[in-house]
Amino acid sequence: MEELSAAIAVFDSGVRLSVPLLFACLAGLWSERSGVVDIGLEGKLLAAAFAAAAAAHATGSAWTGLGAGVLASLGFALVHGFAAIAQRGNQIVSGVAVNMLAAGLTALVGNAWYGQGGRTPALEGAARFEPITLPGAEAARGIPALGPLYADVLSGHTVLVYAAVLATLLTAATLKRTRFGLRIRAVGENPAAVDTAGVSVPALRYAAVLIAGVLCGFGGAYLSLAQAAGFLPQMTAGKGFIALAALIFAKWRAWPALGACFLFGLLDAISIRLQGVSMPGIGLVPVQAIQALPYALTVVLLAGFIGRAIPPRASGLPYVKER
Amino acid sequence: MSAPIEMRRWADYVLVPALAVAAAFVVAGLVVLAIGENPLEATALLLRGALGTGEGVGFTLYYATNFIFTGLAVAVAFHAGLFNIGGEGQATLGGLGAALACLHLDFLPGWLLVPLGALGAALFGALWALVPGYLQARRGSHIVITTIMFNMLASALLVYLLVNVMGKPGSMQPETPTFASAAHVPFAHEVLARLGVTVPTTPLNASFLLALACCYGVWLLIWRTRLGYAIRTVGANPAAAAYAGIPISRVTIVAMMISGALAGLLAVNEVMGVQERLLLEFTGGYGFIGIAVALMGRSHPVGIVLASLLFGVLYQGGTELAFDKPTITRDMIVTISGLAILFAGALDGLFRAPLGRFFAARRKAGG
Amino acid sequence: MTSNVSPVSLDRATPPLAIELVGIDKRFGDVHANKGVDLTVRKGSIHGIVGENGAGKSTLMSILYGFYEADRGEIRVGGVARRIRSPGEAIAAGIGMVHQHFMLVEPLSVIDNVMLGAEGGPRLAAGARQVRARLAQLAADYGLALDPDAIVGDLPVGLQQRVEIVKALVRGADVLVLDEPTAVLTPDEADGLFRLLRILADEGKTVILITHKLREIMAITDRVSVMRRGEMVATLDTAATSPAQLAELMVGRRVLLRVEKAPAAPGPVVLAAENVVVRDARGTARVDGVSLTIRAGEIVGIAGIAGNGQSELLEALAGMRPLAGGTVALEGRALSPAERDPAALRRRGLLHVPEDRMRTGLVPAFEACESAMLGFQDERRYGAGALLDRGAIVSDALERMEAYDVRPRAPLLKTSKFSGGNQQKIVLAREIERGPKVLLVGQPTRGVDIGAIEFIHRRLVALRDQGVGVLLVSVELEEIMALADRILVMCGGRITGERLPGETDERDLGLLMAGVAERAA
Repeated sequence: MEELSAAIAVFDSGVRLSVPLLFACLAGLWSERSGVVDIGLEGKLLAAAFAAAAAAHATGSAWTGLGAGVLASLGFALVHGFAAIAQRGNQIVSGVAVNMLAAGLTALVGNAWYGQGGRTPALEGAARFEPITLPGAEAARGIPALGPLYADVLSGHTVLVYAAVLATLLTAATLKRTRFGLRIRAVGENPAAVDTAGVSVPALRYAAVLIAGVLCGFGGAYLSLAQAAGFLPQMTAGKGFIALAALIFAKWRAWPALGACFLFGLLDAISIRLQGVSMPGIGLVPVQAIQALPYALTVVLLAGFIGRAIPPRASGLPYVKER
Repeated sequence: MSAPIEMRRWADYVLVPALAVAAAFVVAGLVVLAIGENPLEATALLLRGALGTGEGVGFTLYYATNFIFTGLAVAVAFHAGLFNIGGEGQATLGGLGAALACLHLDFLPGWLLVPLGALGAALFGALWALVPGYLQARRGSHIVITTIMFNMLASALLVYLLVNVMGKPGSMQPETPTFASAAHVPFAHEVLARLGVTVPTTPLNASFLLALACCYGVWLLIWRTRLGYAIRTVGANPAAAAYAGIPISRVTIVAMMISGALAGLLAVNEVMGVQERLLLEFTGGYGFIGIAVALMGRSHPVGIVLASLLFGVLYQGGTELAFDKPTITRDMIVTISGLAILFAGALDGLFRAPLGRFFAARRKAGG
Repeated sequence: MTSNVSPVSLDRATPPLAIELVGIDKRFGDVHANKGVDLTVRKGSIHGIVGENGAGKSTLMSILYGFYEADRGEIRVGGVARRIRSPGEAIAAGIGMVHQHFMLVEPLSVIDNVMLGAEGGPRLAAGARQVRARLAQLAADYGLALDPDAIVGDLPVGLQQRVEIVKALVRGADVLVLDEPTAVLTPDEADGLFRLLRILADEGKTVILITHKLREIMAITDRVSVMRRGEMVATLDTAATSPAQLAELMVGRRVLLRVEKAPAAPGPVVLAAENVVVRDARGTARVDGVSLTIRAGEIVGIAGIAGNGQSELLEALAGMRPLAGGTVALEGRALSPAERDPAALRRRGLLHVPEDRMRTGLVPAFEACESAMLGFQDERRYGAGALLDRGAIVSDALERMEAYDVRPRAPLLKTSKFSGGNQQKIVLAREIERGPKVLLVGQPTRGVDIGAIEFIHRRLVALRDQGVGVLLVSVELEEIMALADRILVMCGGRITGERLPGETDERDLGLLMAGVAERAA
């Protein structure tokens, strides 16, 4: 029974840890499916986390915070879009710049405003997103196994957790079932086909990059308004890169992205759980090995030794009409 | 077909990077203004902090040493048409190589141990770059993504080793014991004192000379050797490389290893020169700044030295500025670096296009 | 121009016009791609446009399709002047295009590709039902059967092309432009396409067919327009013309280049190819069982319209492409795959002036002196060991530049800054001056001014007289006629004939190039 509750606690924590990954991963999915490589997910998450915390602190409203986070992330998305689409600049360089810029600006402005070494003041009450109890969660707790699973793993999260699942659903459905989705799928593979079909390539790519901005905004707001109670410098701690790895793992598809992010979140939860724990036969568990697993698995996948992860064909390439 | 923008070489090599830096500073100035400080005063403090005192200059050169190594690393890969953003990871492994040599060969005399430490740094950095290079050349795995992953792997590996394997016995700090004195890389103030010149105590050490030697070495490699010719051909025109019978995969792998070795040498400055032990996060983002340095230096060693000095000034001046003006923290440095990368590497078209038009108009006017 | 060719004139009772292009002019930088081109296409006809590569056919059609905007000129569709600034506007005007390189999204299904840009509403499902019905109808009407759910990338090339045609028809195209549609098709597939085009024309659709294959023009079109060097030189009724006349119009009567040369004194065979097969990435045989020999002291010319396998043959002989079949022997010894490495072949005296200077033969971003050593970077003259001797490289380049009169005589200038002719001289100086045993030369005078052409031709003849075996691939018939001691003609990846220059003329070669004589034989 104790093992079960421990497992449920780890699963619950895995869900929480996977949410920012999922938002960022879906953001990367939109951007890259449209042909714009985005290694600036990390920076957008960070900028959003800061803006969200600052706005929530100022207004006492988590929802205003979320809005500010989305706006900040959109700002960086626009910069990246302008460089990648309008200027046909190097998308990798632009992504690196976004990451550094966000890291520097958030800490700099945070320190100037609050004088706490880049942190925002701790948030409480309505300035944070509070967990929601799903209907019947308490009543269901009595049911063996499934009850606690429902009450503790599925229920009791903030609205943003459910929003992440909804975003996955919307992403999958939009890409698969709508005109816009079809055009996005096409423009990342062969922009010339979209162009000759009479559809604007830049408009599609800007739209996708901005959607990525919105999603990173949600992910960042989750970090500072739900997972933590305020902003800390560098609080993304590589989540944007893990999201990139999850994106490759999911082969640029929405539901597998949810799976990959949950897997990576779970690995994170396990490594936290096993910190300092000695296991029979292994000794002290090397938690870093578990933390590094997403990266190692991604490299193996990229090398094509197990399956093949083939990115959208036109991703990373500026679109230039050829003669 | 958009015609390539034609302009004079000096404009391309000097004017465009200069404008990029200027733009970065203007935007940074606006940020300073936004947080309620005077940008001109801040600039003056920054410059004075970096260049106004002997101590400042020493620190500036010490920081520049790091940027030369990582800038050269990025540049060599650029010449082969590769984007190596794995400088951080390769430098991390370089630290490991240096530490292993310094800790395990500490019975050797200094004149042997220090070069072996440097060799260890280069070797481990090269090997950490070998895998992404191999995967790119033979399996077509995108080197940008693999090097990002290798950065994260290197950082996890270092934590593991320092916590579980190499940590100082009885210490809670994740760091190795201090290296033997034989592994000491001479500081500039020590060497100059022996020559009778007294300069302030700074972390500037002999690694700076190694960095300059690497600049010469990279220049020689890229422009004066057969391998460099092959690297540039593969980078500039792979079809021509195939026509010339140049083994593209092998050149790709070798270029990545050289790039990794240069990044690894960062450890000679930071780990062997300054800290004299291996500790976490000693790479401090220098690997990423290397991208800015290479972009602004147009992948030429002379440009890289100049760009490294610029960033050295920024780092040292920014640190001093943070002392004088607590609202402008060292994060300003990262901000300006990010802006410089953005303007020099991704938005350079903003300057290139108008400059091209300007020169075209002048040519026409001149007949 | 011969007297029976009337310029674009509509003296008879004319059927309604589908398309009129008036004075279309387009420049790309220094390249004048279309020079005031006029074209009228009758409704319900199949109209061919022929011309050599670079004659401006594709540019003209890209303008009609809104992919580029003309600098000057007017487009009328069905008698109404229209501005067509984007493919979207072309589609709205009832124009559909099947590009030479298909504009398909390979990982997507047939129906997704057909719907792209014409989805019929924000939700796909509703539009998809209509498109499915339309596909079924097209299958019934024209035999254009396609599995709507098949992934396009998995389809054979012929079916991919069918997707392109269906795309245009579903969008309601009345005018269908096809750019080199048979380049990727087997003869059977091509025949199927032609039957379809005839049905479409009979239904009242207008078809514009861009090609450089005269056989196709003769087989399928009602009228034909000939383009040459950006100009429209004639429009004729197909029934009233002949392949020979078209070939003459395409090539034009230019000032005959005369090269003084003594009769060849061929020696032993230096290069022999036996049943060579070369496949492209898609697995199509671009060179399909070619055998040839080159003797010391002779120039063997390969004539043919561009895209008939000459380029692939040349690159295969130079070791840049793997052989899918057959053998190549150098000086009587068959070469193993390892020996067919470009560097190894170069060391054994097989040198190569590639067709595409800028993409293959030079590094545009390099200084001229560095481009002048490409492929020979390992020679000791450029320095011992790992180091290169900069002084030797520059002086070596300068020497060659003087010998070949490269202007400006500036070894340190960037390669891309030299004119086409001077770039070509840099390549020739590099290859010829090394005393090759065999020299493979592709399009040696493409984009080269008249003075340089003469110079280059004299050098090639001099090389032959020194006993070098030269293989010359050129799409310029005149050049082949002037230089070659023996002429091989390629068409469709095969050698369709061999002639001695004294026993043939442009008409005869044109027929072989068009693959017509082969059928007759």
